[in-house]
Formats: sequence, structure tokens, C-alpha cells
Amino acid sequence: MTWETFIRWLPSFVDGAWLTLQLVGVSVVAGLILALPLGIARSSRHLAVRALPYGYIFFFRGTPLLVQLFLVYYGMAQFDVVRQSVLWPYLRDPYWCAILTMTLHTAAYIAEIIRGAIQNVPHGEVEAARALGMSRSQALWHVILPRATRIGLPAYSNEVILMLKASALASTVTLLELTGMARKIAARTYLHEEMFLTAGLIYLLIAFVLMQGFKLLERWLRVDACQGR
Amino acid sequence: MAEAIPALEIRNLHKRYGDLEVLKGISLTARDGDVISILGSSGSGKSTFLRCINLLENPNEGEILVAGEQLKLKRDKQGDLVAADGRQLNRVRSELGFVFQNFNLWPHMTILDNIIEAPRRVLGQSKAQATEVAEALLAKVGIADKRHAYPNQLSGGQQQRAAIARTLAMQPKVILFDEPTSALDPEMVQEVLAVIRSLAEEGRTMLLVTHEMNFAKQVSSEVVFLHQGLVEEQGTPEQVFDNPQSARCKQFMSSHR
Repeated sequence: MTWETFIRWLPSFVDGAWLTLQLVGVSVVAGLILALPLGIARSSRHLAVRALPYGYIFFFRGTPLLVQLFLVYYGMAQFDVVRQSVLWPYLRDPYWCAILTMTLHTAAYIAEIIRGAIQNVPHGEVEAARALGMSRSQALWHVILPRATRIGLPAYSNEVILMLKASALASTVTLLELTGMARKIAARTYLHEEMFLTAGLIYLLIAFVLMQGFKLLERWLRVDACQGR
Repeated sequence: MAEAIPALEIRNLHKRYGDLEVLKGISLTARDGDVISILGSSGSGKSTFLRCINLLENPNEGEILVAGEQLKLKRDKQGDLVAADGRQLNRVRSELGFVFQNFNLWPHMTILDNIIEAPRRVLGQSKAQATEVAEALLAKVGIADKRHAYPNQLSGGQQQRAAIARTLAMQPKVILFDEPTSALDPEMVQEVLAVIRSLAEEGRTMLLVTHEMNFAKQVSSEVVFLHQGLVEEQGTPEQVFDNPQSARCKQFMSSHR
């Protein structure tokens, strides 16, 4: 590959990378918001509340993301209700299908991260909150969740990196994100190795930046200082 | 004149873990200004007793009255007594300070934030108001310079003093101390005891579970010796320390000289 070819296709790679970032960014943020009530419910002391999100989490963790993506992208159109709904302009768009699927998928994992983090808040610290007269919800919002954030953050950053790589599956539903774009350019230029290598390096770069960002966030939240007691 | 309402009254408290009966009916009355030390060998149920008072553990039997107000209890499926009225429990807990053996400060907050959190959330104080109170308390326990430090940057003794300040910020009517110096290195015990002593001298009502015999003898107005879940001996420090009646208490005192 000459520099000329590289420079010629660079804008396309940037477009692809930008789409990848959108897919990952929206899904891990929306997934976190969706996972919060699920994770809190999973850590409830009441069996009925705990059981509520179980089916959802079991399904999304137990089946491949690719299958889920196909179910949403090809499957939803089978239902008249979906086709006639106001959401149809979005649901027929592969972009929104991919975001919806990735969000639902990652939310199941994040919910379990939140459950684990909440359950790993040292019991004595929760007792301290309650002994001072805080109600359950006050203790949850003001002590347990901020504390659980520090406990769960390393696992969450891991999940974000996993989703970055899983986003390559969106290329199977026609999206020209980084992997899809690399494939398209490779087909045009017959430079398969070079183009996929370029895509791989861009993934590495994004992953590196994300990891550094999370490292800064961990330092800012004093994650290390909160380990142990 | 009718007798004053006691600050804290416990009647006939029982606690079982499965078949093991840890508390077999303990009653205790603390009038305003009383400093009651609870002694006993490990396993005698003294910590459990203290934790049952603000329902950190659920007793199986008994009544708890704080300043004459009875804590409403109901029986759950396991046969434990739990609070019947969550709001009342939260209010009563805010009136009963509790100091833990392991401090249980929140490590993600500064010392100042640890102290102002509950007064803001539970008592509805403004941040400025709570901060003013907290800074005075930190000065009182001698760690005013640590207000922006985090718990893991403090020594054990400093952490326990911060935890005491956190409890005091709620202006509790009674303070329960659960072995406050047992997790500390020996050289840090005195600084914490000095704080507790100053609270006793202020006339605060306190229950103190401790292994510091000399200290208990000096600050207590009353000493309770627990053995196998029962009050074995009870009286003034002079009676219990110098002239114990029961054989168990005699043995305990002679082995803790």
C-alpha cells in the first residue's frame, strides 16, 4: 500500500471509526442507564424483586450478540405491529437496530456488574449509614451507589472495551463502521491485509484512548484508595 | 416529683442464632448522664446486646425505649423482631449514636464529607450549617487539620476519632460504643479513650462495650458484667471491680488486672 492509497482512503476510515464510536458510546451509556434499575433489583433482599430481571439477563447473556442483532434487524419486520408503529422509521434503520441490540446486550452484563459492586460494598459501611438514621433509599443513593461505582468501574471499563470489539458485528447488518468500511475498501482495492491491519490498528488506538480515559477516571474517583478498608 | 424518664431503657432482651441463645433476657436502664460499661469475656453477648439496641441485629424478644418512646416492633417470618415503623426506626437510630470497632468510615469521601453526610440527609441541615458543626467537632476530637483528607490517609486512632465526630454530628441522645479501641494499635488507644473520657465529662449518656478495664473503672457510673447472655453482676465500678460477688465476675476481674 502506498501513502497515496492510504491518504485516499483515510477519510473513509475516519468515517468508519466515528460510526464505531457512536455505536459503542451510545450503547454503553444507554446500557448503563438501563442497567442501573436492573442491577439494583438484582441486589435486592427480596427474592421476587431479584427474580424480576433474571429472564432478561439470562437471555441476553446466554445468546450470541450476532443472533440478537439478526433477531432485531430481520425479525422485527415480521410483525405488523412493529411495522405500523411510530417507531418503524427507526426500527427499519440498521443504525438504530444495532444501537438497540448493543444497548440491550451490554445492559445485561452491566446489570450484573452493578449487582456485584453493590453486594461488595463492605457491610459495615452500609451499617454505618443506617445507624446514623439514613433510610434504605438514602443509604443506597448517598453511600452505597457512590461506593459501588468505585468497586464496579474497572469491570465496567472492561465491558466498554468488549463492546468496542463486539461492535464489529454491526457490519453484518450493512453498517459501514470500522470493520464494515475496511471490508468495503478491501473489496475495492484488493488490499485485504493492509486494510484490515489498518482497521485493527485504529481499534487498538481507540481501545488505548478509552483505557487511558478510564485510568484517569479511576484516579479521579480514588478507586485504588477505596480498595480493602 | 415523678422519676425522670430514662434516656434509654431495654427490657428483657433475647437473641438467638438458631439454637444458640446469645442473650437470655437482659434489661438495662440508662438515665441522662450515665456512662455504663458493659464487660464480659468474648462470646458473652455484649456486642450483640449493643447491636440489638438500634436493631443492627434483630432481637427475638424484648422492648427498647429511647427517651420514653417505645420502638415499635413486629415479628417477621423467622421469628425475629423487626421495626414495625421504618420512619420511627430511622429517627430513633439518629438519636442513638453508634461507634463501631472498625470505624466504618466511607473511604470514598473526605473526613468532612463523612461527617456532614448524615446531618444533611437525615436532619436536613444545609451544607454550610453541617460543615460549621463538623469543623467544630473535628477540632474537638483533635483532627481539624485532617478535614480534607481521606480515611485511608489517617491512622486508626484518627479514623476512630473521625467516626466519633460523625456520630456526634447527629446530636445523639445516647451513644453506643462497640469496642471502640479493639481494632487499634496500642499506641493509639489512649487518644481515642481521651475523646471518650471528655464526652463522659460533658455528661453525655453512653453505653460502652470495652476491654479497657482501667478506663471503664475510671469513667463509668455503672458497670454491667455479662456472662453467657445474662447480667451476672451490676453496680458501681467500685462494687463490680473491687468487690465482685459472683465467682465468674471475680475470676474475670482477677484475670484482667
